[in-house]
Amino acid sequence: MTATDRSLRQVGRPRRRVDARAKVTGQTRFADDIMLPRTLHCRLLRSTEPHARIVNIDTSRASAGDGVHLVLTGETFPIAYGILPVSHDEHALCRDKVRFVGDPVAAVIARDEAAAEAACRLIDVTYEPLRTFASPADSLAHGEPRIHEYGDFGNVHKAVSLQFGDVDSAIEAADHVFDDVFFFEGNTHLPLEQHATVALKDPDGKLVVYSSTQTPHYLHRALAKALAIPAAHIRVIATPNGGGFGGKSDPFNHEIVVAKAALLLDRPIKICLTREEVFLCHRGRHPVLMRFRTGVNNDGRITGLDLQTLLDGGAYGSYGAASTFYTGALQTVTYQIPRYRFRGCRVFTNKPPCGPKRGHGTPQSRFGQEVQLDKIAEHLKVDPAEFRLRIVAPPDSLTANYMRVRTIGLAECIQRVVDRSGWKEKFRKLPLGRGVGLACSSYLSGAGLPINWNDLPHSGVQLKLDRSGGITVFCGATEIGQGSDDVLVSMVAEVLGVDPFDVRAVTGDTDLTPVDLGSYSSRVTLMMGNAAIQAAERAREILAAAVSGRLEVPVERLVFADRRVFDSERPEHGVTFQEAVCIAEARVGTIGTTGSYTPPKSAGHYKGGGVGPTPTYSYTAAVVEVEVDPETGWIAVPRVWIAHDIGRALNPALARGQVEGSVYMGIGEALMEEQVFRRLPPRLSNALVHKFPSMLEYKSPTSLDMPEIFTDLIEHPDPEGPFGAKEVGQGPLLPIMPAVANAVFDAVGVRVDQIPVTPEKILRALKAKAAGKPARVGPDTFPEIPWPEPLLVTPPQEGGDGRASNEPPKRSTRKADAGVEASAGVRT
Amino acid sequence: MMRLPSFQYRAPPTIADAASWLAENPSETMLLAGGTDLLPNMKRRQQTPGTIIGLRGIRELREIHNGKGLTIGSAVTLTDLISDRRVHDSYRGLFQAAAQVATPHLRNMGTIGGNLCLDTRCTYYDQTYDWRKAIGFCMKKDGATCWVATSSPKCLAVSSTDTAPMLQALGATVTLVSSRGARELPVAQLFANDGMRYLTRQPDEILTAITLPPNDGWRSSYKKLRRRGSFDFPVAAAAVAAKFDGPDIVDVRIVLGAVASRPLESEAAASVLRGKRPTEELISEAAAAAGDIAKPMDNTDFELVWRKMMVRTLVRDALHDVCGR
Repeated sequence: MTATDRSLRQVGRPRRRVDARAKVTGQTRFADDIMLPRTLHCRLLRSTEPHARIVNIDTSRASAGDGVHLVLTGETFPIAYGILPVSHDEHALCRDKVRFVGDPVAAVIARDEAAAEAACRLIDVTYEPLRTFASPADSLAHGEPRIHEYGDFGNVHKAVSLQFGDVDSAIEAADHVFDDVFFFEGNTHLPLEQHATVALKDPDGKLVVYSSTQTPHYLHRALAKALAIPAAHIRVIATPNGGGFGGKSDPFNHEIVVAKAALLLDRPIKICLTREEVFLCHRGRHPVLMRFRTGVNNDGRITGLDLQTLLDGGAYGSYGAASTFYTGALQTVTYQIPRYRFRGCRVFTNKPPCGPKRGHGTPQSRFGQEVQLDKIAEHLKVDPAEFRLRIVAPPDSLTANYMRVRTIGLAECIQRVVDRSGWKEKFRKLPLGRGVGLACSSYLSGAGLPINWNDLPHSGVQLKLDRSGGITVFCGATEIGQGSDDVLVSMVAEVLGVDPFDVRAVTGDTDLTPVDLGSYSSRVTLMMGNAAIQAAERAREILAAAVSGRLEVPVERLVFADRRVFDSERPEHGVTFQEAVCIAEARVGTIGTTGSYTPPKSAGHYKGGGVGPTPTYSYTAAVVEVEVDPETGWIAVPRVWIAHDIGRALNPALARGQVEGSVYMGIGEALMEEQVFRRLPPRLSNALVHKFPSMLEYKSPTSLDMPEIFTDLIEHPDPEGPFGAKEVGQGPLLPIMPAVANAVFDAVGVRVDQIPVTPEKILRALKAKAAGKPARVGPDTFPEIPWPEPLLVTPPQEGGDGRASNEPPKRSTRKADAGVEASAGVRT
Repeated sequence: MMRLPSFQYRAPPTIADAASWLAENPSETMLLAGGTDLLPNMKRRQQTPGTIIGLRGIRELREIHNGKGLTIGSAVTLTDLISDRRVHDSYRGLFQAAAQVATPHLRNMGTIGGNLCLDTRCTYYDQTYDWRKAIGFCMKKDGATCWVATSSPKCLAVSSTDTAPMLQALGATVTLVSSRGARELPVAQLFANDGMRYLTRQPDEILTAITLPPNDGWRSSYKKLRRRGSFDFPVAAAAVAAKFDGPDIVDVRIVLGAVASRPLESEAAASVLRGKRPTEELISEAAAAAGDIAKPMDNTDFELVWRKMMVRTLVRDALHDVCGR
C-alpha cells in the first residue's frame, strides 16, 4: 500500500492548524519572548558611511560606559562566512572597510538596551571615504575601487551566459520579433516580527542559539565556521518566525555577534533588531533591468527567446549568485520556448544586500515575460488567454534548458480564472478606466540541489512511538507561519490513522531534530512531507506486523484509521492505536523510525544548470481587475481571481491562506512597495541612505486596501509530491504584478513596463499618449555588458545530452559536503 | 526596539499649573497630549526634552462646549471629536479632516491640539539619529543644510496636519495661555511658512482651546491625498468652506494642506467664486488658481509634479462637495 492509493482522512480536509491555539492566544514564544535570567543586551553600531575604509575604531569611552560589559569590533571576527559557499564575503563586524550605510562595525553588550545604545554613541570610528556606487550604471562604469576583492570583474559580482540552441537564427526567422525592456524595482519582505536572537552557554558549556531564522541548519554551519568551534558543540533552535518570506534565510551578523558574546561572557545575550535594522539586513527582491527579445510566428508559436537581466545586488553576495541564475531559470517551464539564451549580470553597489524574497529572482523576469506576452497577443490580435493556452508547456517534458516539467495544470488554471472572472465579457469591453489583465507563473516545489553541494538527504524525519499511544515527530523544518508543523503532523496522522492533534511536532532544533535544509524555495511540504511519510510508513509496517500476528489478520487487510488498527473485512475486529503500539513494543522493543528525502537528479549538467530544477513545478494563473482614473492616474484593484495548480491541497484552509497572502504581497509589489535610496548631491556628500526605512513611509497595503479574492485550487496529484502535493507558498505571488500592468493597459491603453505601477507613472504614460508619443513608461535601453562567451548547450529536442559543448573540464573529485566547492548548482 | 530617552514627566491638574511649570524652563520642556507625534520623534532623537508636561489630566482641555459656535478643548481626542454630533452636523469638513487622521488606534490617543501643533514632516528629518548622521544631518535638527533644496535658506519641512487647513478655512481661532496671560488668535496666524519655526506659539504658551464660529450658512469639505486610505499623512489636501445664499456663494475660503510649511490659503482662488453662482468653469478656474500657489517639494511620498497637479483635483472635488455636486 502506498501513500496515494488509500482513502484519505486528514489530507484534503480543511483543518484548524496544530499551532493555531498557541498563536491566537499569544502563547507562541517568538525569539523576542525569550527572557532568561542574567540576560545582557546587545546593540550594534552601524556604519554611517556608504563605502569607506575603517581607519580607526576607538572603543575606550564605550567600554567605560555605564552598564557596559563588552565592546566588540571586527578584530574578534577574523573568519568570513556567507550563505553560499561561493560568496563567503561577510564578517560579523566589519574589519577593513564598510560597504553600505548599516554595515555593522561594533557591538556593545550591556545591562539593558538603553545602556548599550548609549555606549554605541561613545564609539569613535574614523573612516576614509571611498567612491559611492549608487546604481548598476555606476558599478558597470567604474571598476575601481572594487567593493569586494572577488567577483567576475570590477564591481561585477557575477556575469553568466547560457545558450540553448541557435537562438539568433530562430528569432530572425520568426514572423515577428518583439524587443522590450522592463524594470522591476527592489522591495523588501516586511515580516511583522523583527529579527531577534538569544545566545547562551548551556550547562555543559556548549553554545545554544535561539533565533528567528528560516534556516537553522545553515546558521548552525555558519556559526561553526565563523566562530571556529565544532558544529557538534552548537545547538541552534529556530523559534517560530513571525513571517520570513526569505528575509531570515541568511546567517546574520547579529546572530554571530551575540553567540560570540555569550561564549565570552558566559551569560545569555539578547538582541532584537529595530525595524530600521530589518530594512538594512534586507536580502530582499533585487532591482532588475531586463530585456526580452522574442521571436513569434503568426500562429502564436514562440521560436526563441533571448533574455538579458541586470541585477543590483547591493553590498554583499548573499544568495545573489543563485538569484542571478533564477532570473533566467523558469522562463521555459510555463510556455514552449524551443531555443533560449539567457545572460544575467549582478553588480555590487553600496546598498543593503539583496537576496531571496518570495519567488527568489523569478518574479522580476516573470513580470517582463507576462507583460511582453500581453503585448504580443495584442499585436497578433488574439485573446491573451487563448494565446497562452496554445503554447502551454507539455507535461512530462524537458525544456530547452533541461528543466523537467512533471504535471502541469496551467491550462486548467487559465481556463478557471477566465471562466470565473467573466474574462470574455470584460476583456477590451469594459468602459474607459476599468480593465482586466491576465498573467501566469510557475514555481519550484523545492530546489533540486542543496546550497552546500553534497549527496545527503535534503530532509530528515524521526518518529517516536511509545506505549502511551503518543507519537512525536522530529524534523529540522522551521515553522515560519506557513504551517509546516501542521503539514508534518498531518502526514504522520494520515499514515498512522490518528488525529493530527495526537501527534507532537518537535522542529527546528539542531540538537533534537534531523536536518531539514530550511524553510525556503517552497521545499518543506514536498521534501519534509515525503520524509515524514516514509518514517510513518516504516512505523506502520512495524505495527502492522505485530497486530497482524495478534489479530490473525494478514497485513494487507489491516487498516489504520480513527485511532484504531482493524481488519478491513471485519472493521469491528481490531485494536486501538495505543494497543497496537504496545503489542509492537512488546514484540520488537522501543519503536522509532526515520524517513528522509533526496530530490531526483536534475537533467542539466552544464554550469548553472543546478538552479531551477525541482521535483515538480506549481502553476498559477490570475486575472486582476483594476479601476484607473484617466484624469489622475489613480489606480485601485477591486478584484482578483486566482487559480493555483497545487497538485493536492493537504490542508485547503492553509493553502488558501498562502494564495491570499501571495496576492496581498503581490498587490503591494505591483502598486507601491519600493526599497529605494537617497543619493545626496555628490559634490556635497557621499551619502547613500535607504529612503524610508520605516513601516509608515515604506508603503505596503493594509488589510483595508486588499481586493476581493476568488481563489481556486486545481488538484491533480503529482507523483513527486506527498499525497500529490506541490508548492503553494510562492508561485501565486508571481502573476499578480504583470496582471496588474496588463489590466492597466486594458483600462486606459497605456503600458507601464516598470514595477511598481503608480498613479504618477500611469498619468505620465497617458500624457505621452495624448501627445502622440508611445503610450508607455519604462526603461528604453539595456546597457552594453561585456558578457562572457555563452556556454553552448544543445536543447534536448535537438539531440542534446544536457552538457555544454564548450564547458571547461570539471574537477574530477568532489568531496562529499566539503562545503566550499559549489552551491545551489552555482558551480563555478 | 527603539527606546525613549529619559525625561521628567509632570502631570499638572490645572491649566494654571501647567502654564507655571512650563514657564520654569520653556526651552527644555515640551507639552504632551496624545503623544502620537512627540513620542516617536523622541525615539528618533528629533526632540529630547528634559521635561514633559502631560496635559491629559486637565479636565477642561478635554471638553467640547457650546457657546457662540463651538469651543473644543485642545486635549479632546480625535475619536471624541468625530463622535460629536455638533461637529459632524455643522462642521462637516472638520469631521472629514479629523476622521482621516492616521488610524483608529492613533485617533484614540491623538488630540485636536496635537494635530494642530504637529511637527512639520520631511523624509530627510523623520528618521533615526543614525540615519540623519549618515546624511550629515539637516537644517531642522543638528545640521546646517536643507537637503530638500540645498540652496534654500529655510527649512522646507511640510505642514502635515489635516485639521489645521480645515480650521483655518472655517475661520476658527485658538486660545494660547501662558503664565503671562491668555490671547486668542485666528488659526491662520498660528502658523508661519518655515519648517523649523512653523508655529507662532511662544515656548511658554499652551494651546488650550479651538473656537469655531457659529455655522451660519457655511458648508465645508476636506479632500486629502495619501497613498493608503487607511493610514497615511496627507501629501496634499484641500480644505474648503463656503457660505451660501441659496445657490450663490457669498463667501469662501480655500486652504491647502501639505504643500508648504504651513496651511496655504488661496485668496486668488476664493475671489474667483466670491459673490458668484458657482459654475463648472468658475470651479475649474478657482481650482487652477489654488493649484498655482502649491509648491510641493521632494520630501514626502509621491512625486512632486504629480502632487502639484493633484492639488487642482482636490480643490475641485472639495468645491463640488460644498456645492452639493
